[in-house]
Amino acid sequence: MAVMNLVQAINSALDLKLADDKNIVLFGEDAGFEGGVFRVTDGLQEKYGEKRVFDTPLAESVLIGAGIGMAVNGLRPICEIQFSGFMYPAFNQIISHVSRMRTRTRGMFSVPMVIRAPYGGGIRALEHHSESTEAIYGHIPGLKVVIPSTPYDAKGLLISAIEDNDPVLFLEPKKIYRAIKQDVPEEIYRIKIGKASVLQQGEQLTIVAYGAMSRVVQQAIQHAKKDGYSIELIDLRTIYPFDKQTIVESIRKTGRLLVVHEAARTFGVAAELMAIANEEAFLHLEAPPARVTGYDTVIPLPKGEDFYFPDAARVYEAIKKTIKF
Amino acid sequence: MFSTFDPLQGKRLTIMNESGEIVAPEWMPKLPDDKIVDAYKTMLYARIGDLKAVSYQRQGRLYTLPTNIGQEAAAVGSALALEKTDWMVPAYRELGAWLVKGATMRDYFFYFGGSEEGSRYPDGTRLLPVSVPITSQLTHAVGIGFASNYKGEKDVVITYFGDGGSSQGDFHEALNWAAVFSCPTIFFCNNNGYAISLPREKQTKSKTIAQKAIAYDMPGIQIDGNDLFAVYRATSEAVKYARDGNGPVLIEAITYRLGAHTTSDDPSRYRSAEEEKEWEAKDPLLRLRVWLEKKGLWDDAKEKDYSEEATSDIESQFAEFEQYKATPIEDIFKYTFEEMPDSLKEQMIEVRNHVNRMGG
Ligand SMILES: Cc1ncc(C[n+]2csc(CCOP(=O)(O)OP(=O)(O)O)c2C)c(N)n1
Repeated sequence: MAVMNLVQAINSALDLKLADDKNIVLFGEDAGFEGGVFRVTDGLQEKYGEKRVFDTPLAESVLIGAGIGMAVNGLRPICEIQFSGFMYPAFNQIISHVSRMRTRTRGMFSVPMVIRAPYGGGIRALEHHSESTEAIYGHIPGLKVVIPSTPYDAKGLLISAIEDNDPVLFLEPKKIYRAIKQDVPEEIYRIKIGKASVLQQGEQLTIVAYGAMSRVVQQAIQHAKKDGYSIELIDLRTIYPFDKQTIVESIRKTGRLLVVHEAARTFGVAAELMAIANEEAFLHLEAPPARVTGYDTVIPLPKGEDFYFPDAARVYEAIKKTIKF
Repeated sequence: MFSTFDPLQGKRLTIMNESGEIVAPEWMPKLPDDKIVDAYKTMLYARIGDLKAVSYQRQGRLYTLPTNIGQEAAAVGSALALEKTDWMVPAYRELGAWLVKGATMRDYFFYFGGSEEGSRYPDGTRLLPVSVPITSQLTHAVGIGFASNYKGEKDVVITYFGDGGSSQGDFHEALNWAAVFSCPTIFFCNNNGYAISLPREKQTKSKTIAQKAIAYDMPGIQIDGNDLFAVYRATSEAVKYARDGNGPVLIEAITYRLGAHTTSDDPSRYRSAEEEKEWEAKDPLLRLRVWLEKKGLWDDAKEKDYSEEATSDIESQFAEFEQYKATPIEDIFKYTFEEMPDSLKEQMIEVRNHVNRMGG
């Protein structure tokens, strides 16, 4: 065991897998020599050489497109997009090819690729550096979308993503890159993609959150506990394919659902989970499924962002409202 | 060759002219006669296959499809310059090239007849499926070339696109990457004069597409795309150049789409009958046939026999396709991922139950 933050845990996963499989290549803008703008890939080029860990020209479409070709020709590319807000130039490649190659060729070719990108807000960043667009990708058939919220999860999920024979979008909550430290095994271990984790057991309300919001919700639950509320917290971990079973069982037990995400509200992940609550647990519901989210606006620049991102107070309000319904 | 045919000086490689005469014997590829006859047969086979496909489409037995007529030399000549272990990354209008690479008319009929089965080529065929989003496939060819270098293998990769495709960002991103990483990737542009209705002159201010290579410090060459010998020779040079570790090459083949863009297109809206006539005289099959006949390698009887043989082969492959009635429901779901997530299993059962209830 070693104490690691999220950045170190991700670095450790990449390091172990690069050592483990010669067909893995890691590349991105400033991801080689510099070790990435968040230093997530620090030291990897030094250790594995420029051939396997390298900088690319500043062009996201070919960054992902070339990864497709590499995958088809036997490599296992790990592509870094510097910020999730700069994934759009590669969107055509992701939606038109990465996610479809297996279906299109009836399994003759597949794209075992990991696309890593820091995502989410709350770090007082420039425009385009705070985006939370997981729902867009969750909507694309053929693509898995993973978001860790702890160092332990980040390492285990990333190792599974790298070993997955299908493409995985691995979104890293940059606000908590260095905010949480945890004991993390130094060796390889895996966390199953598609499996949520129940962080706290409770009886009156199920809260589902992920990424940086898991921590915010935990703070809110601290308050709520003092008021005597019993809350179950599920960390989603995988946006697609998500763990319906765990969520539905929990809602059937508690009778209430609250989903918290920082992404915009309309057509977001919460909307999907609320629909699942209706479809699968309707007769168990004691209150309408609820959500605390970002708003349907462009994410405000730093002077406005505190109004946008859910905080413990907003979550606490929603907890009370849902339980007291 | 690449320095001799500098696109900035308006040079273009032609070896055999429109009358089937060899005008640049010094560049004539050293191909044995039987190989040239085979190349002609493949071009003829592709032509018959293309015309058949269009007529089946007219009869409502296939769906919308692109036409290939007029571009057979560019397709077949370039593909013949590859080894079996080399890769091919197509767009959608290179039927002759796919046939050389190992795809069959059966695959073609399945694909344009509405089944993904058409993109599952015979095992081990290093051919990617049709790529509809214009020019996106060039980046894949770059990655395949990168992987080939990475693994220390000598396989090269060719990728196809049109004159319209050269305006896409992916064209520039792909050429730049390939040059930076010295990928053994051959970018083969079928400049057929039009992108649907938009003529080449309105597509780019550049006098040639070949010259765009210069910005990326790679060789670029313009060739007569209706001259099998020029296509084969230039592509062979590019293959050798790439295989020897020198990096990518851009080839611009000047050709003409004698048919419609697709079966849904009406070219008379944007081009004249005179222009079409002019290009009919430059038909790549005609001039090669003249050359073969002069050499005593081909004649009317052979043309007739081979056409009949090809036609019946193509018809029997079409008959095989027509046995296929509908995509099995399971196939729609099961290739989304290596393992089906529960949610997809549920949806698959939902469709199946529905179809069963409807008595399907
Ligand atoms: C990204 C994208 N935009 C538009 C289209 C629609 N489209 C299909 S073919 C075509 C013209 C392509 O012309 P060109 O690249 O010259 O190739 P050609 O069809 O002449 O072989 C267009 C606009 C498309 N398939 N993909």
